[in-house]
Amino acid sequence: MTETALAATARPWRDAAAQPFISIRNITKRFGDFTAVNNVSLDIHRGELFCLLGGSGCGKSTLLRMLAGFETPSSGQILIDGQDMAGVPADKRPTNMMFQSYALFPHMSVEKNVAYGLLREGKSKAEAYARVAEMLKLVKLEPMAKRKPHQLSGGQRQRVALARALIKQPKLLLLDEPLGALDKKLREETQFELIRIQESLGVTFIVVTHDQDEAMTLATRIGVMTDGIIKQIGEPREIYETPNSRFVADFIGSVNLFEGRTGDSAEGRLRIETEDLGPVSANLPADQPPATGQQVWLALRPERVALSRAAPANAANVVPGVVEDVGYIGHMSSFRVRLANGRILRATQSSRLQDEDPISWDEPVFASWSPAAVRVLSE
Amino acid sequence: MSALSESRLWRGTTWALGRLGLSGRTLVIAVPMLWLLVFFLVPFIVLGRISLAEAIIARPPYTPLWERGPDGTLEIIASLENYRLVMGDTLYRNAYLSSIRIAVISTIFALLIGYPIAYFIARSPEPRRSILLLMVILPFWTSFLLRVYAWMGFLRRDGVINNMLMSLGIIDQPLVMMQTDFAVYIGIVYTYLPFMILPLYANLVKLDDALLEAAGDLGASPMVTFFTVTLPLSLPGIVAGSMLVFIPAIGEYVIPALLGGPDTLMIGRVLWDEFFSSRDWPVASAVAIIMLVLVVAPIMWLQSVQNRQELD
Repeated sequence: MTETALAATARPWRDAAAQPFISIRNITKRFGDFTAVNNVSLDIHRGELFCLLGGSGCGKSTLLRMLAGFETPSSGQILIDGQDMAGVPADKRPTNMMFQSYALFPHMSVEKNVAYGLLREGKSKAEAYARVAEMLKLVKLEPMAKRKPHQLSGGQRQRVALARALIKQPKLLLLDEPLGALDKKLREETQFELIRIQESLGVTFIVVTHDQDEAMTLATRIGVMTDGIIKQIGEPREIYETPNSRFVADFIGSVNLFEGRTGDSAEGRLRIETEDLGPVSANLPADQPPATGQQVWLALRPERVALSRAAPANAANVVPGVVEDVGYIGHMSSFRVRLANGRILRATQSSRLQDEDPISWDEPVFASWSPAAVRVLSE
Repeated sequence: MSALSESRLWRGTTWALGRLGLSGRTLVIAVPMLWLLVFFLVPFIVLGRISLAEAIIARPPYTPLWERGPDGTLEIIASLENYRLVMGDTLYRNAYLSSIRIAVISTIFALLIGYPIAYFIARSPEPRRSILLLMVILPFWTSFLLRVYAWMGFLRRDGVINNMLMSLGIIDQPLVMMQTDFAVYIGIVYTYLPFMILPLYANLVKLDDALLEAAGDLGASPMVTFFTVTLPLSLPGIVAGSMLVFIPAIGEYVIPALLGGPDTLMIGRVLWDEFFSSRDWPVASAVAIIMLVLVVAPIMWLQSVQNRQELD
């Protein structure tokens, strides 16, 4: 009982009765004939770090810009903290944005950039600069206060942009590809830095990104977007383990997808006839079991596929094949196994499992997986 | 290029030039340097030399710089008398002041009119921008003189403007516009407006939209955004445009001569009178050199200010 209560406060989106902080209702944005955002509805709760994830042109930035007030929705409604944002210009919204290009004012020093928002609020200079000093401390940039943006490194600029966006203590911070311009190592450090700052200030973040690793690391929940619609909303684990479509399964991580037709079901198991793998036994999907004879797709994560030289006993699903390619990555190896009909099955094995005599090129192997590893998708 | 740079002829030539202390870089700079030397520095020195002489009725109409004395010694004849005269005489001083005033006011008006135009063009969608820019440059296809004459047709007592206002019944007496300072301002602002618009446009078109959005996002109204972001960032364009209007305006001769009245005093006219009516070349030269100093000094000051800003 206490455990569920705890879970509900930490994860308010699991509680159907919780009042969302931001409500996006049937938002559509058209540019001429092009529909950038198509009838999107989304609820985001206070204190969330929500990631909008998608490829370029999927509409994620347009959605963010509508929240900031830079674009007007063609139809639909945006509520922030219960207040309808229709007709509220960007400078009157309780949101702040961190731009992809950072958009630092090149003619102002770091502290002037950060103070800009406070001075527009009518704060006195003394008060504003005291707050600026605090904020620069939070992002560890105190020694850079008097510098101009062009005298800073990419990572420092990113932190100035963050400080400037946070100084007005917005109810909602919008971040457009916040880590996009940083190199890989700096990006990984900054991800955790962002989470630290977000948790210490308790501001609600909406992050737009095309980088699935970034989304998985940062987000409390992810919305996967494509072609102007949100395909799936869920916690990182849900999105990864139980994708609701081939698009989401393929977009997040790597996956084996096979086409098949549903057969009989018994004892919580569903039989699926496939051309590539033969009959496959899968766990019956809890949400909506597909009707018999329906076309479905199987999603199988490579790390859920075990490889062995001998046929495993009692395995629910086994297929023979030949190792065509091995990629040794260090902590794991990735295998491409050619099946009897020529299709490729990808599998990864942790290095821990194959200390002695690892499986190598051209070896005949058996690939096996449990029914729980199979995700049945109807679209 | 690489084939050229590796050829024997090329290497031989660069080696020979190198022996003379000439590299490719010096040669490239040599062309503009030579141009400035022949068409700017030499005439300037000649002018300076004439300004130190005295007017005489002769050909050329000024005293030589040196003379052989009766005892065979070389006498240099130079005096700053002309400068003393020009600076001491209220006529010249008024002409300078009036030129500066007219140039400053014209520049301000050109800026006030040109800025919105440049801003509008820079914010227009791409294909329309080129057309609008073309329209700004289009008047240059017609002779400058012709365009000033055209303004006379507008501003005359029985010109287009007066006829129109009279026929609309807004006025019953024709307005006196020709031969006033007003007409001179119109002429100068009209003529030099493109010189204001083009550098401003070149500056404003580079302005990143995201900066304006960022300012709005941080709570600045469009007006505040303009004064805190757009205007400071366009300062180099404002300076360049103002210089391009102010400098030719201060020495303007044709426009005040055609549109201005007898009491429109501008240094260009005084210069013309000294050279051609009074045939007093030395005084005219002194007038010209003082004007040059008046124009160049503020430019150099502005340049140094800009350099210092860039170093920050």
